[in-house]
Amino acid sequence: MNASLLPLGELARALERGEARPSAVLEECLARTARLDGRLHAFLRLTDAEARSSAKAADERRARKAPLSPIDGVPIGLKDLFCQEGVETTAGSRILQGYAPPYDATVVRKLREAGAVLVGKLNMDEFAMGSSTENSAYGPTRNPWDLERTPGGSSGGSAAAVAARLVPGTLGTDTGGSIRQPAALTGVVGLKPTYGRVSRYGIVAFASSLDQVGPVAQDVRGAALLLRAIAGHDPNDQTSSLRPVPDYAAALEMPVRGLTLGVPAEYFGDGLDPAVEKSVRSAISALEREGCAVKPISLPNSPHAIAAYYLVATAEASSNLARYDGVRYGYRAPEARSLLDLYEKTRAAGFGAEVKRRILLGTYALSAGYYDAYYLRAQKIRALIRRDFDQAFSAGVDAVASPTSPWPAFRLGEKVDDPLAMYLNDIYTVPANLAGLPGISIPSGFTSSGLPIGFQLIGRPFEEANLLRLARAAERALALPHRLPPLVTS
Amino acid sequence: MAIDRQTVRHVARLARLALTEEEEKRTAEQLGHVLDYIERLEAVDVSGVEPLSFAGDASAAEAAMRADEVRPSLPRDAVLAQSPQHDGSAFLVPRIIE
Repeated sequence: MNASLLPLGELARALERGEARPSAVLEECLARTARLDGRLHAFLRLTDAEARSSAKAADERRARKAPLSPIDGVPIGLKDLFCQEGVETTAGSRILQGYAPPYDATVVRKLREAGAVLVGKLNMDEFAMGSSTENSAYGPTRNPWDLERTPGGSSGGSAAAVAARLVPGTLGTDTGGSIRQPAALTGVVGLKPTYGRVSRYGIVAFASSLDQVGPVAQDVRGAALLLRAIAGHDPNDQTSSLRPVPDYAAALEMPVRGLTLGVPAEYFGDGLDPAVEKSVRSAISALEREGCAVKPISLPNSPHAIAAYYLVATAEASSNLARYDGVRYGYRAPEARSLLDLYEKTRAAGFGAEVKRRILLGTYALSAGYYDAYYLRAQKIRALIRRDFDQAFSAGVDAVASPTSPWPAFRLGEKVDDPLAMYLNDIYTVPANLAGLPGISIPSGFTSSGLPIGFQLIGRPFEEANLLRLARAAERALALPHRLPPLVTS
Repeated sequence: MAIDRQTVRHVARLARLALTEEEEKRTAEQLGHVLDYIERLEAVDVSGVEPLSFAGDASAAEAAMRADEVRPSLPRDAVLAQSPQHDGSAFLVPRIIE
């Protein structure tokens, strides 16, 4: 048996029973990566030497039956915006080329403390701005189900690596759908926790009021185990919550009878691919058969979400990215005549087209005379979007059920020159970020041409346990046939 | 909503971004399209709505207050090592005052 092909949740059980050994699993993962990643381009760099020594330490703990956590010895990949001490961290940008952070992000420290084996850094859209991974300065990642298509983004490397079984689990970040959309497009599970559930310390910032870290895995149990390892209060992140972290895996198999799903009319309108709609409705029916009540609802402000999001996110990004000035780290343009010249030339050469576009939009929206009309108005619409969800929750809805993405994986190059078309990828995912709510995408089936389709559940704040239980019930009830991407079997 | 080249140049200066002629032209077009899309927000009635800037946990905001005590920070050498140019004690930049 190839233990490295097991979904993370099952691998954790195999490790616990002594049926798999961390070093052996890691070697299988590295061998598969060596065989496939030239075509996939999920990893930007491997930390295989460090991984081998931590796997060996995990072997010993497992042999002594003294694991640090259920994920002790599990190989994990990191999106390339998590600071890892001494390991190059570029955020997919040329401006951070060569940057080796002098410290670990809190989630990286927590993964180490849980015994996870850190395998390497994964490709992403530059500064997490994009929905296809085509905005990476280091070339796009491809979709293991069809190499001519994108894996989605911005955590495209994190999703593609799990889908192609290069590693059982990865971490991504989700500012407007950047975990859930690529998870949907590659047929894996991706979770965006409640804002504040996971520390953002040591993560290259995009839009600070929206950014949240989350897990990607093949199975819901794997996502639950990873979330448990990374969640919790961190004094270094002032927005991180003090609430205790429950054992998410413990309640996974509990029945969902009596829980209520809200199905928002606005998420099933024009532009939704019929194959996606059919698959998502079948997932909702599967949960209904498990005993969930299904109730039509309205989230009337959701049509404004994309516009509000692109004001809030770009405004915050324009401010966050001011720090890349060629002085303290990363790239510096040569031959600058003055300090201003140094800033302008460094940023001109260091940032890619989409990042420049968003910095300019955000700067414009915050500039004198426009603040009230754009940024402030967007924050008010954000409040209305949150109010829509609150009303649904107080009317008894436990989770909102919808498609994750309006369409399956699209072709490389198809949307890259049309910013607005690219932004509409996030139409069903952005509202959860604006409202700060947890959301999960799980596979619900395939199109007739064999592309994965994702199903999204959005829950109450800090009720990830409920969300995971519902997702697990859907996973169990759908019982999708085991299928490997063509790349893996090639 | 159309954006003229002069506005693009002004915003680019605010953002400390040097743009080529071609980038200026393309930015004016593309931002125009995006702003056209964003214009739909003007039709939304937001009277009496309080803006939402923090959609997190109120308990976190309370915990954000802490004693003002000296804590260890990163070693200076480790930080300077990441800088494109430094002299061992400070970051170096082009001359500001002639």
